[in-house]
Order: sequence, then structure tokens, then C-alpha cells
Amino acid sequence: MENEQDKIIYEVTGNEYKYGFVTNIEADTIKKGLNEDVIKTISSRKNEPDFMLEWRLKAYEHWLKMKMPAWAHLTLPEINYQEIIFYSAPKQSAKLNSLDEIDPELKATFDRLGIPLDEQKKLSGVAVDAVMDSASIKTTFKESLADLGIIFCSMSEAIREHPDLIKKYLGSVVPYTDNFFATLNCAVFSDGSFVYIPKGVRCPMELSTYFRINAENTGQFERTLIIADEGAYVSYLEGCTAPKRDQNQLHAAVVELVALKDAEIKYSTVQNWYPGDKNGNGGIFNFVTKRGICKEDNSKISWTQVETGSAITWKYPSCILKGNNTSAEFYSVAVTNNHQQADTGTKMMHIGKNTKSRIVSKGISAGFSQNSYRGLVKVLKNAENARNHSQCDSLLLGNNCGAHTFPYIEVDNKEAIVEHEATTSRIGEDQIFYCNQRGISTEDAIGLIVNGYAREVLKQLPMEFAVEAQKLLQISLEGSVG
Amino acid sequence: MNNETNTSPGKNVLVEDYNNNYKEIFKQTPDFINNIRQTSFKEFDLSGLPSKKDENYKYTNIEAAFLGAYKRQFSKQKLTIDVNEVFKCDVPELDNYLVLVNGWFYEKEKLLTKYNNGAIIGSLIEASKQYPEIVKKYYGKNLTKQKNSLSSLNMAFAQDGLFVYLPKNIIINEPIQLINLIVATEELMVQPYNLIIAEENSSANIVICDHSLNPQSFLLNSTFEVIANKNSKLEIYRQQNAHDHSVQITNTFISQKENSFVNSVNITLNGGTVRNNLYVELNEPHAINKSYALWLADKNQHFDNNVHVHHLSPECESFQLYKGIVDNSSTGIFSGKILVDKKAQKTLAFQSNKNLLLTNDAKVRSKPQLEIYADDVKCSHGSATGQLDEDAMFYLRSRGISKKESCQLLMQAFADEVINKILLEPLRNEINNLVEKRLRGELSRCNRCKVNCGQ
Repeated sequence: MENEQDKIIYEVTGNEYKYGFVTNIEADTIKKGLNEDVIKTISSRKNEPDFMLEWRLKAYEHWLKMKMPAWAHLTLPEINYQEIIFYSAPKQSAKLNSLDEIDPELKATFDRLGIPLDEQKKLSGVAVDAVMDSASIKTTFKESLADLGIIFCSMSEAIREHPDLIKKYLGSVVPYTDNFFATLNCAVFSDGSFVYIPKGVRCPMELSTYFRINAENTGQFERTLIIADEGAYVSYLEGCTAPKRDQNQLHAAVVELVALKDAEIKYSTVQNWYPGDKNGNGGIFNFVTKRGICKEDNSKISWTQVETGSAITWKYPSCILKGNNTSAEFYSVAVTNNHQQADTGTKMMHIGKNTKSRIVSKGISAGFSQNSYRGLVKVLKNAENARNHSQCDSLLLGNNCGAHTFPYIEVDNKEAIVEHEATTSRIGEDQIFYCNQRGISTEDAIGLIVNGYAREVLKQLPMEFAVEAQKLLQISLEGSVG
Repeated sequence: MNNETNTSPGKNVLVEDYNNNYKEIFKQTPDFINNIRQTSFKEFDLSGLPSKKDENYKYTNIEAAFLGAYKRQFSKQKLTIDVNEVFKCDVPELDNYLVLVNGWFYEKEKLLTKYNNGAIIGSLIEASKQYPEIVKKYYGKNLTKQKNSLSSLNMAFAQDGLFVYLPKNIIINEPIQLINLIVATEELMVQPYNLIIAEENSSANIVICDHSLNPQSFLLNSTFEVIANKNSKLEIYRQQNAHDHSVQITNTFISQKENSFVNSVNITLNGGTVRNNLYVELNEPHAINKSYALWLADKNQHFDNNVHVHHLSPECESFQLYKGIVDNSSTGIFSGKILVDKKAQKTLAFQSNKNLLLTNDAKVRSKPQLEIYADDVKCSHGSATGQLDEDAMFYLRSRGISKKESCQLLMQAFADEVINKILLEPLRNEINNLVEKRLRGELSRCNRCKVNCGQ
């Protein structure tokens, strides 16, 4: 299995982006552009209840008053929102009951992606909720999870079947007024994953979603909501790939995590969207709002991300530490090569007493890329005994790239201890010399050193991902060393 | 970035004032300065006062600070007091100082002195008349690169200020001291402009003390332009000690050439609302800049320290240590940026900010930033906010030292790290004294000074 995986990753992330194939599936798309009718169409196609439509329209109205944020250290091109198709779902007739019924071509796509649904089901024990252009195709392992009372389904299904949970939690962490991209997402989100872990249940397997942007000119507007009830535990994996296209594509997702009393949520991402070609043409714009709330006492949220893809990344997975004795972690490796730009980091809001947070961010920039860490640690007045430690390191490969650190620290409580440290440097010549001397080529040596550098983060990933991520790192940087 | 013209009540008053009084302002200075006034004014008119939406002024409401009914003096006014009688600087060995009262030089005999070795020290306005060729070469030249609307404002209204010219190979061991006094019977806005030029191989120590002599509120918006040429060495010490109803803004621009060394230490003891902007440009190889700051904020005071170091050339070094003790319901802010250009390879840069937060009503904001475009560099920064070390406290307490005294000792130790960077011994001792007293909660004015500055 592992060898096979290695092979796939090699195929995928070699110098040319190998996921760049277009699946010829009849897609059910609507006209490009954004207006109230489009939102109504999306809502009605998904058979949504009225409260959802109202919420979407409210968000849309608010969005019209907003401006695209310009504060990030990114060169953002003008985005014409009237040129984007906001909904595209592969056309399917009826609901499917078994894997065999899935459109063979669609299935082949997944096979090429290295996630053969049936194999995965048997071998790796990972339940995959594969999302292809906005509509959830097939949710595996649903039955065995259902036995434990776990709800793992697509967002549209959840809206239809669990409206109470949706009403209670959707938008409770990222409200529809939150920011430009999140508000846009609220108005037009197409689908996503919904997870509910009931009281005291420890989810027996890693839950996973694969996103794929397929139809041309469609933005992928994912909406994910994970709720861990009292004492529950869940680990969730998210992986992304997108086919190759010249025009930029927009991805504005929202992820909300809610951890109730004693609950723990672990959210891992390996993001490998199409980064554009060597000259910086095309690629995905990845503008994502991710936020979790440790709502009640003793809960814990952990974000781990490995960001290697996308032309532009604007992403700040954050935690609100509201309950007492809650803790949050953020582990990130962001790699940028060629003309990629990334502005990523986190926000830790300490509200409850005895809260702890830890930030480890490793940036690697190569080629002509710009890589920024931007983070906020805020300790409110009543957050007694808060503790934070942040470490943000940047590695520069080549002298045409940039690495930046923009941390914000705001402390209003005298018992807080907040520490931040950051370093920026390149790979030491002595380190490379040491490897060369032992017969390791420079290219391999750099892969080795980069992996060692990112190890602290990689080891946080679940097994299935860790191997993949390590390879990804090495391959993303291929050709960047002169 | 912002195309809309910025308007705020504070700005409108300033613009109006300039338009009504520019003739009187122009009379003070030669044409080349007045030309710079005009362009600076236009810049200010366009950008306006920085608002809270401005990323660099996120934590300090400058617009509000300008709302007072401040009067401006466009020319030298008659003094009602004898400065030498009311003010006496009590740092031993520092007795030959220059006094700037409300932004003007008054002492006729000390207006501008040319020493035997060629050094020129005194009033800037006087220097611009007597030595226009020197002043013209440097006046406002470094500021144009930095778009800072507060320094543009200063340059538009610029009053008198300190002028120091150190010719080639001249080393002055005796410190050059400037006392910035504010003695006002009405609310004043004072905007001095100071120019310090160190030619090749020269060296000097400069001490600047900001004082207020009576409790009348005032706004001081001063600019310092420092040019350190090849192989020069400058030590710049600044002590800010004014009353709580004041607003003090300093804009310091340091431009360094090859192999120059500038060490600056800034101690803020008191001052209501303080905003210090320090811009450093390392233009040629092997230049070294070290800057240190210490602020002791209490009551409702608001101290905002900003430092921007720009490495333009390879093989330069910069180092910053900024420490703050924040008490009562005061706010202590640090914002630093190290910017390394693509060609500035082999840069060494380090930045550190440490804060002691003593109460839950006090606030600390810290924003250490790195922006790096070169790969062969070693840059790091750190920021830590917390309270006194428990272990150290326990150690002291277990030896029978009272809690209060232990706190005092530890805070003193915390401050020492910055104070020790003052290489002028008498000044260091004096500041040590002041800091100790200040930490003990005693009056923090200079001990032999009889002036009631309303603290």
C-alpha cells in the first residue's frame, strides 16, 4: 500500500502537476454570476428548508456591503465575482446505495487520485466523504459510524435531516458577518461535510474528505461543520487536489469546529491544490476561514496543516478558548515555490481560565514565492493563567523569495505568559556539506533537512497523512535548488 | 493605498492654521527649508493624521490625541521666565547643555557655536542661515523615503531645533546635551526639528531630555534626523519625562553609511501619551545599529514604541531590545519591523520585546515583525509577556526579603538590561536612580529640580 502511495505521490507532485486532468462528467451548472436568483436556485436545487435560504440571503445582502480585504501580504488580482459559476454538481439521477452505482468515469477519477473508494473502505479503514464539485458523491462507512450514533454526512443532507443541529451550530463559530470570503461562502456554499459525535463517543476511525474542483470556472464553496459533544473525540482529515487549468479558480471555504465539555477535535489538512505553472499562471485562490471553539470546559482543538498547493493562500485556522482549562494547538507547514503566495497563520483567543495554546509554524519559501506567517494571540482580561507559546520559523531557499512574520500579541491579564519566537535563515552550507560528504546528493540532502525542519509538525499528522505529506514536501521543492 | 482624502477635525485645524500663517512661518527660515515645508504640507494634507485603521497606528488613537485646543507658535515668543533659574539639570558632569524652550532656542550666547575643531552645535535655524550649504545637503533628505504623515506635519510647521555638525575625524568626548523644555501658560503644540550630522570618522554622544515645567497640557511632535557617515560612531540617549497630560510624538530617522555605528537608548519614564517612531536605514555594508528602549507605564498612560529597521545593504547588523513595565491601567505597545532587502545578504538582525504586566487593567500589545527578501541571513525576533519570575521571587522571599522589596529588586533587574546600555556613566547612574524611584512609586522628577511639573 505504501509503495503504491509513494508512486502516486510521485506521479502527482512531480515537476508538472499530474492531477491536471479534467473529468468529462455531465455537470449540472448554473449560469455564471451572482445575484439573489442564483442563491435561490442553489438553495432550491438542494431542497433546502426556508431558514437556510433566509440565512443565505441575509449573508448575500451583507456581502454586498463588504470589500475584499487588502491587508494581507499578498498581491491579489481583481476578482470579478460575476464571472464565476457559483454552483456545479455532477448530474446524477437517483440516490445511490452501493459503490457500483457510481458513475464509472467519476470513479475512475478517484482511482487516479489514489483514493479508490472501495479499496480504501477495506484496507485503510478511513471513511471518505468525497466531495467532487460541490455535491457529496458517496459516503462510505456510514453504517458502521451510524451504529455509534455518529453522524457523518454531507452538509446538504444534514440540512435536510438534522435541521435542529444545523440551526443551533451553523454560523455559531463563523457568523455570516465574519469576513468577506466567509460571508460569500455563507451565501453560496454548495456542500461540505457534517460531523456530529455524540456524548462520550470516541470516533473509532479517522474521518476524511477529499475535495476536488472540477468544472471550469466554478468556485468551490465548502462548508464543514464538526461538533463533538461532551467527552467525544474525533480526528478529521481533509485533503485537496484540483485539476490543472489556466484561469485562476476561487476556493472560499468555511470550516467550523465546536468542542463541548471534555471533547477533543483534531483537524488535519493536506492542501495540494493546483499552484499554477512555473510562471505563475493559473492556480487556485484558496481563501479559507477556519475556526474552532472550545465552547465548554476541558475541551481541546488541534489544527494541523500542510500547505503545499494553491497560487494564493489566505488561511488562518483559529481557536476560541472559551471554556475553562481548554487548550488549542496549531501546527503548520507552508511551502511555497515558483510564484506561489501564502499568508497563513492562526488566532488564539484566550477567554476562559487556565487556557493553553501552542503555535508551531514552519514556512519554507523557494523560487519567486512569498510566504508569510500572520498570527494573533489575545488574552482577555478575565482569562487567568493563560499560557501561550508560539514558534514561527522560516526557511529560505534561493534569493528571489521572501519570508515574513507578522505576529500580534495582545495581553490584558497579568497572569498570562505569552511567548513568541521566530527565526529566518537558510539551510546551512555545513549541513549540506555534511550530507554530501556521506554520499547524499544536494537535492536529497535538502529534502532531508527540510523534512527534519518540519518534523515537529509532520509528526502531528495521522499516519496515513504523514507519509504522504513528507513526500509532498520533498516534491514541492523539486527543481528549486540551484 | 487610500485614495480618499483623509479628514479629521484635528487635521482640518492644522491645515487651516498653516494656510493662515504660512507667511509668518516662512519668515523664520531660508527658502530651501520653506520649499520642503510646502511639499511636506502637501503630503500631510493628502494623507491626514493616521487613523486607527492605519495598521501602524492600530493601537494608538493619534486623531484623538490631536483634538486638544492646542495653540501653535509660529515665531519665537517672549519668555516670562528665566530658564536657567527654574531649571537645573542635575546629572553631574553634564552641565554644559543647550535648552530648547517650547521648540525655540533663547540663549543668545549659545545660539550657535563653532568650535575650534570645526564642530558646529546650536540652533538649526541659525545654522541654516550661517551654514546653508551644510544644512541644505541633509535637511529632510531621509524623510522622503518614509511616508509618515506625522513627520510631514512636523516638517511643515518645523520650528527650531538642535543642529549638530561633526566634521571629518572629529571626536567629541563630552556629551552634547539638549533639554527640551515645555513651559506654557496655554495648551501648546510644539514641533521642533533636529538635525545631527556625523561626517567620516567622527564620534559623539548626544543626550536628549524631554521635560515639562508646568502641568499645562501640550503636544510635542518632534523629528530627529541623524546621518552617520562612513566610520562614524554615535551614541544617542533620550529620556522622556513629562507630565501625564502631555502627548509626545518623536520621529527619529537614522541613516547609516559604511561601517558606521549608532547606539540609541530611549527611556520613557512618564509622558501621558507617547508615540516613538524610530526608522533606521542601513545603507552601506558593515553598518551596525543597536537600539534599546525601556518604558515604565502607570496610571492611564499610553506608551507606543515603534521601530522599523531597513537593511538595504549586505553585511549589516541590527539589534533591538525593547522592554516595558506596565502598571495600573496603562498600555504598553511595541511594534517592530525588520525589513531585509533582496540584496542585503549576510544580514544579522535580532529583535526582542519583553513586557512585565502588573495588573489586569493594564494592557500589552506586541507586534514584532520580520519581512525578509534575502536568503543568506540570520534574523530572529522574540516577544515575551508575563509577570515576575516565581522562582526568583521565592529565592528572595526565602531569604527574608519582603514581597514588596523583592518585586522592586526584580523589576530593577528587568530594567537594568536596558539601562546598562547607556555608556555615559553619570547619565546611567542618574537614570538608574530615577527608574528606581519611579518603580518605588515616588515622584519621578529629577531630584534637585525644584520645578513643579504636575506629576
